[in-house]
Amino acid sequence: MSKGRWRRFRFAGLAVYVVIALLAATSCGGDDDESSGTTRESTAASTAIPGLGANLDEIKQKARSEGMVNLVIWAGYADKSWAKTFTQQTGCKVVTKDGASSDDMVDLMGSGAYDGVSASGDATLRLIARGDVAPVNFDLTPNYADVFDGLKNRSYNTVDGQGYGVPHGRGPNLLVFRKDKLPAGTDSWAPVWDGSQAGKLSIYDNPIFIADAAVYLKATQPDLEIENPYELDQKQFDAAVDLLKKQRPQIAKYWDGTTYATQVTTFKSGETTVGTTWPYQTNLMAAEKPPVPVASVKPKEGTTGWSDTWMIAKKAAHPNCTYLWMNYIISPAANAKVAEYFGEAPSNEKACALTKDKEHCNTYHATDEAWWKDVYYWDTPIADCGDDRGDVCKTYEDWKAAWTEIKG
Amino acid sequence: MRRLSSFLHRHPYGRLVGLLAAPVGWLVVIYLGSLALLLMAAFWDTETFTNDVVRNWNLDNFRQILEQDVYRDVALRTIAMAALVTLADAILAFPIAYYMARVARPRTREILVVAILTPLWASYLVKAFAWNAMLLDDGFISWFLGPLGLGPPGDKVGLWLTFTYFWLPFMILPIYTGLERIPSSLLEASGDLGARSLRTFWKVTLPLAFPAVVAGSIFTFSLTLGDFILPTLIANQQFMGTVIYNDRSANLPVAAAFAMVPIVVMTVYLVLARRLGAFRAL
Repeated sequence: MSKGRWRRFRFAGLAVYVVIALLAATSCGGDDDESSGTTRESTAASTAIPGLGANLDEIKQKARSEGMVNLVIWAGYADKSWAKTFTQQTGCKVVTKDGASSDDMVDLMGSGAYDGVSASGDATLRLIARGDVAPVNFDLTPNYADVFDGLKNRSYNTVDGQGYGVPHGRGPNLLVFRKDKLPAGTDSWAPVWDGSQAGKLSIYDNPIFIADAAVYLKATQPDLEIENPYELDQKQFDAAVDLLKKQRPQIAKYWDGTTYATQVTTFKSGETTVGTTWPYQTNLMAAEKPPVPVASVKPKEGTTGWSDTWMIAKKAAHPNCTYLWMNYIISPAANAKVAEYFGEAPSNEKACALTKDKEHCNTYHATDEAWWKDVYYWDTPIADCGDDRGDVCKTYEDWKAAWTEIKG
Repeated sequence: MRRLSSFLHRHPYGRLVGLLAAPVGWLVVIYLGSLALLLMAAFWDTETFTNDVVRNWNLDNFRQILEQDVYRDVALRTIAMAALVTLADAILAFPIAYYMARVARPRTREILVVAILTPLWASYLVKAFAWNAMLLDDGFISWFLGPLGLGPPGDKVGLWLTFTYFWLPFMILPIYTGLERIPSSLLEASGDLGARSLRTFWKVTLPLAFPAVVAGSIFTFSLTLGDFILPTLIANQQFMGTVIYNDRSANLPVAAAFAMVPIVVMTVYLVLARRLGAFRAL
C-alpha cells in the first residue's frame, strides 16, 4: 500500500474517531443528572425502599437473604468488636469504606454503590437535597426511642418534620499537643495560629477547616462580629482566609478521614507537635507501645465538632440489613462500645450505664448540653446568613475555591 | 460465506476494517468517549448546595484556572518536578542500560532485567509508604546523609527522589532496547576509523540511543505529571494530580477544566518526542 493511500486513510480515520467520540459524549450525557433544582422541593419523600420489609420480623427474615451491608463510615465506626456481633445476630456481613471527609462521603453516596452512611451535619442536608437518602421509619428502629432528645429533630437530620437518620453520637474536634513540647496547661488554639510551633502543625485537610479559623477569630477579633463560623460574610471570610494563608507554611502534614493513621505516626516521631484531631486518634496514640505523650483538650475559644447521623440510601441494595444496622448501632451495648472506641458522646441514654469506663459519659459530656454550646457542629455554608445580613454569606463553593488557594 | 471471503480478498481495506473494528471501537467509544464525557464537564457548572453538575454551557471554569494564581503555580511546579525527575532518571538509567545491553554477559543480562522489573510487581502503596518512612527526619535517608554533613532531605527533594525511584524501570527498559539495537559493526567501524571509545560513545552511541532516551522520558514525564498519591503523602504540596483529585467531588467542572492542562502539556511533549524519533525507538 503506498504511503499516500495510508495518509488519506489515517486522516479519514481520525475524523471518524472524533465524530464518534463527540456523538457518544453528547448522547450519553443525557442521563447523568436530573433537574437538580427540583430535588430540594421533593418533600413528600417516602420511607419506602424497594425490597424493604414492612415490619421488624419481615426485615429480619429478608436480611438473612441479603447477607451484607455496604457502608461509608468515619474511621473506627464499625470495628470488628461490635460489627462481628452484628453479623452473628443478623447474618449481615459488614463491609465498610472510610470516608476522607464529608465531601468524600457525599460523593461516594452519589455513586449509588453504598447502602448507608454515617454522615456529619455538613453532609446530611446535601445528601437529602440530592435525593440520595431516604427518610427513616422509626417504627422499624425501636432503639430510637432511647436516643437523647437533644439529638432528635435537629435542623441537620430532620426536614419538613421527617427524620432522615438515626443519631450516632457527637464529638468535638480537639486540640492535641505533645506534652513534652508545650506547657501542660495549654488550653488555647493560639499555638496552632501564632507561629510558635511553625513547621510542626498537623491540620485537617478539608475546606470545612476554614470554620476553625473563624472560631479562633471569633474569640481573638471580636470586632469582626463572627457569630456562626459557617456563615461568614466577605469581611469575615477574608480575615479567616488570611489567617489560614499565614498558617500554611507552618503545617508539617495534613490529615483526613482516610489518612488519620499518619497523624499518629507524625506525633509519635515528633514531626508534628500540635494540631487538630478527633478523639479517635488520641485513643490510638495512647494505645501505642510506648504511648505517645500527648494531651488533648477543647480550647477555651470553643471548637468545631460534628454530630453524626446514620442514613440509608434511597437505592440501597441491602435495605433490610441497613435498617438492622441502624437499629443495632444505636442499641445501648453497641453505642457504648463505639463511643468508647472512638471517643465520643453516645446518642443512646442507656449506653452510659454500659461503658467499660463508668465515667465515660461524664468525660465526654453526653448529657451536659451547656458544654456543647461552643462546639459548632459541621454545617454546610450557604448564602443565606440566617440573620439580618441577608444572603451575603459565602457558599461552600467559595470555601472550596479558597481552600485550593490556601493550600497553594 | 464464499461471497464474504471473496469480497474480503478483493478489498484489503475491508480486511483491515474487519480486523480493527472491535479494538478501535472499544478505544473510541469506551476510552475516548468516556474521556470526552469527563472533560465535557469543564464547560458546565455545579449547583452550589448539592454539588450536582448542571449543564450550563460556559467558560467560567477556564477563567477561574487562568485567573487564580494557585493553578498556574501548581502547573509550573508539576512540570518542573516532571522535568527534574526525567533528567535524574535519564542520567541514572543510561549507565545501567548500557551495561546491560553492551557489556553484560547474556546470563547477567537476564538477571538484571528480572531485577529491574521486580519492583514493578510490588504494590505502589507499599513502595510509597516505604519511602515515606525512609524520608522521615529520623529515617534511613537522613541517617545515610548524616556522615556527609547533609541534613534530612526537604519535602521537595524527598519527593523527587521517590519519583526517580518509582519510574526508573520505565526509563531503563527503552534505553536498553535502544542500545541493543545498535549494530556492533557500527561501533567497530568507528574504532577502525580511529575514534577511541569515549569519542565513539559521544559521536555514535549516544546520538543513536537518544530517541530511546526520549521514548523512556515519555513515561517518566507523564507519570510524574499525573501522580496524585506521592505528592500528598510525601511532600504535602499540591500538584496537578492532587488538585484534580481533590476537586473531583467538590467541584468536578473545575477539575475537568484543570485536567485539560496536563493533556495539552503531554500532547506538546508527544509531538516533540515524535520529532525526535522516540516512536520509532519504542
